[in-house]
Amino acid sequence: MSELKQELKEKIIDILNLEDLSPSDINNNDALFGDGLGLDSIDALELIVMLDKDFGIQLTDPKQGKEIFKSISVLADYIAEHRKK
Amino acid sequence: MPNIEKNKARKGVAITGIGIISAIGNTLEENRISLLSSQSGIGDVTQIKTKQASQIKVGEVKLTNDELIDQLNLPKDNNFTRTALLGLVAAKEAVKNSGISIDASIETGFISATSVGGMDKTEIHLKDFPSKRETQKYVSSHHAGDSTQKIADALGINGFVTTISTACSSAANAIMLGARMITSGQLDRVIVGGTDALSKFTINGFKTLMILSDDVCTPFDEDRKGLNLGEAAAYLVLESDEMTKNKNVLAYLTGYGNANDAFHQTASSETGEGAFLAMQKALQIADLKSSDINYVNAHGTATPNNDLSESMALTRIFGEPMPDFSSTKSFTGHTLAAAGAIEAVFSVMALQEQTVWPNLNFRTKIEETGLEPTSVLKTKNIQNVLSNSFGFGGNCSTLIFSKR
Amino acid sequence: MNSCYIHSAVSISAQNSFELEFLELFEISGKNVEAIAPNYKEYISPMVLRRMATGVKMGVAAASKALQNANIDKPNAILTGTGMGCIEDTEKFLNSIIANDEEFLTPTSFIQSTHNTVGAQIALGLQCKAYNNTYVHGALSFESALLDGLLMVQNEETKNVLVGGVDELGTEFVDYVRMLEDQNPNGIKVPIGEGASFFVLSSEKKHNVVELLGIKTSSKLSIHSLQNELIAFLSHHHLKPDSIDVLILGNNGDSFDDYYDEASKAFPQETINLSYKQFCGEFYTASAFGLFLGCEILKSQQIPETLLQHKAQKTSLKTILLYNQFKGRDHSFILLRQC
Repeated sequence: MSELKQELKEKIIDILNLEDLSPSDINNNDALFGDGLGLDSIDALELIVMLDKDFGIQLTDPKQGKEIFKSISVLADYIAEHRKK
Repeated sequence: MPNIEKNKARKGVAITGIGIISAIGNTLEENRISLLSSQSGIGDVTQIKTKQASQIKVGEVKLTNDELIDQLNLPKDNNFTRTALLGLVAAKEAVKNSGISIDASIETGFISATSVGGMDKTEIHLKDFPSKRETQKYVSSHHAGDSTQKIADALGINGFVTTISTACSSAANAIMLGARMITSGQLDRVIVGGTDALSKFTINGFKTLMILSDDVCTPFDEDRKGLNLGEAAAYLVLESDEMTKNKNVLAYLTGYGNANDAFHQTASSETGEGAFLAMQKALQIADLKSSDINYVNAHGTATPNNDLSESMALTRIFGEPMPDFSSTKSFTGHTLAAAGAIEAVFSVMALQEQTVWPNLNFRTKIEETGLEPTSVLKTKNIQNVLSNSFGFGGNCSTLIFSKR
Repeated sequence: MNSCYIHSAVSISAQNSFELEFLELFEISGKNVEAIAPNYKEYISPMVLRRMATGVKMGVAAASKALQNANIDKPNAILTGTGMGCIEDTEKFLNSIIANDEEFLTPTSFIQSTHNTVGAQIALGLQCKAYNNTYVHGALSFESALLDGLLMVQNEETKNVLVGGVDELGTEFVDYVRMLEDQNPNGIKVPIGEGASFFVLSSEKKHNVVELLGIKTSSKLSIHSLQNELIAFLSHHHLKPDSIDVLILGNNGDSFDDYYDEASKAFPQETINLSYKQFCGEFYTASAFGLFLGCEILKSQQIPETLLQHKAQKTSLKTILLYNQFKGRDHSFILLRQC
């Protein structure tokens, strides 16, 4: 599980061009959106594509992202349970 | 509300000609008949090869490029993009409808709008440009000004010519600039509007935003699933009052407003601030009260975000009673940069026919706002029509059309 | 009618135009030449910067400095001109459609590819809800924005207007354009360039500012009617050819440079002729760099030495006319006066 969390942090930094951050700057329970990391709805769409491309998880309603992308821990749990690749 | 322009002698802006090609018809008359018979033009995509075909519905113009080229008598080696072809058909019709002749006696301006320029050809030929000589003519047709230049050249317009691109509010801004050129005395006659062809680029772009509906769009409905893209072109001939002494004036452009939502690159604010400001400015320029508006041709894309935000803005401007309002995107799809011009022509037709165009496919009111669009054809006294166009980048514009 | 003054002029270009007080120009060479990038982090927050392609960064930074220099927080209008728009992100999204065969596409490059991205990002950064428009008409993109700005200040009681022109090179389309120019013996000889130049127009008269007297654009002009058109434009502003001290021309080395030769014949021998595209490159909004240069010359009362073909300096530089065209069409005249 901690491997998956590390992988997700690296992916998020890469996909969302968060150049000034390193994985160690992101805590597992930090909020990714809003006051935490400061991500927004465009980032959510980017992460939805990542779920599909890298883990075979397809979300049809962008609103679902709100719960799933709460934090690295929540996201990792969701992926572990639903992944198809 | 203060009206800084009120006391100044401004020239009136008359509309003396209109032309249109859209999913509901290749001519003015075909569009009029489709509107009067509540006949939508939305269906499956046929002109573009795309993997998304089974998951979307679109408002296509029902003519192929070859048919358009034949109709326009263009040489076989032309480098017209579909955007330019659609634009030229509609612009020619507007000139004919107005009965003007374009010559050196009166300077005629031309202001057009488009979103992705010559993308419909670029996306097919991009990788062939280095090696295939026959595709290279489409390198110079990519930029957004190309279709405008081709249309201006074909109409014989050599003076003031420009192109505007503010995403989905582009044509409304082209019409607004034309009106300002006339009211300020820079031009006495200007042809304004917009053209946009469907492209794989745009279809996939909107797909990534997850705002395309897999069924016909349902503007202002609680269960709306997103928009249908469309393609179209429409132009209006604008002339200063004094040019129209012995002429048939179709309607007047009396108000216009442009504001920025400054909220998000693609989404509209919850309060519809940009839309509110654009409508407020347009009413101020027209010197009208909100209760003077008899029909609102809404932007109404049928995305969850737009329709809620626009409903909030409408409520803020009009309160109770809400005038009749509808989104004609349920007929044509969302024609992007052309939408403002398509809906300007529909607004003029609403004044001519004294008819509110129906908002098709509506069932349930949006819970938060409780607003109900006019969902069946309705004949009534219409003096003033307000038309909204909003785009990415927070660009919001409003136009007001009046019988006098 | 109000007069229209230029309160600030800022340019990011292949020259050190953004940082330096007075311009020392050097000739550029190569097929395509990038602009010199300032430290964008001084002007744009990292969360916004991470999504921006070159043109958006250049535009937002140049706009931000232009407003700073004019002491304005929020302008009353934001007008942007761009010929090729956000071609970098357009290419990026188009290539991912082609490479992934319409699958696994992400929205950022599409969102940032629309032509109005620069104007929108400026508005968003400033939280500016005012009139906002983007012009995309080839070599008249910037001129259209400028003309709209002049209309607002002169005729519509608008106080401060931000106007700019911006174009970025991109990575693919520019090579096809270059290839076609190089195949043509009469093609463009200067490098293809990029840049962003922004200006604050204002109705307020201040000490040592430049007045924008007028602008005229024509989609088509025959070379035979060019001199008459120029003289008519000048006389509309109550001027004659001999009142023009400097003529700034858009020569790019192609066969349409004939138009510039023809134009200069309308002016007396003493009129100083300058061209600038050998310093910034050719692109649809290169003429905004030309306007920046004109403003610099009037304010400093000096002409950068590398620009002068003869040493014949005029004692006073009061009135400048800029003339640009592209491939024999999209002609523009811009008239400036020191005041």
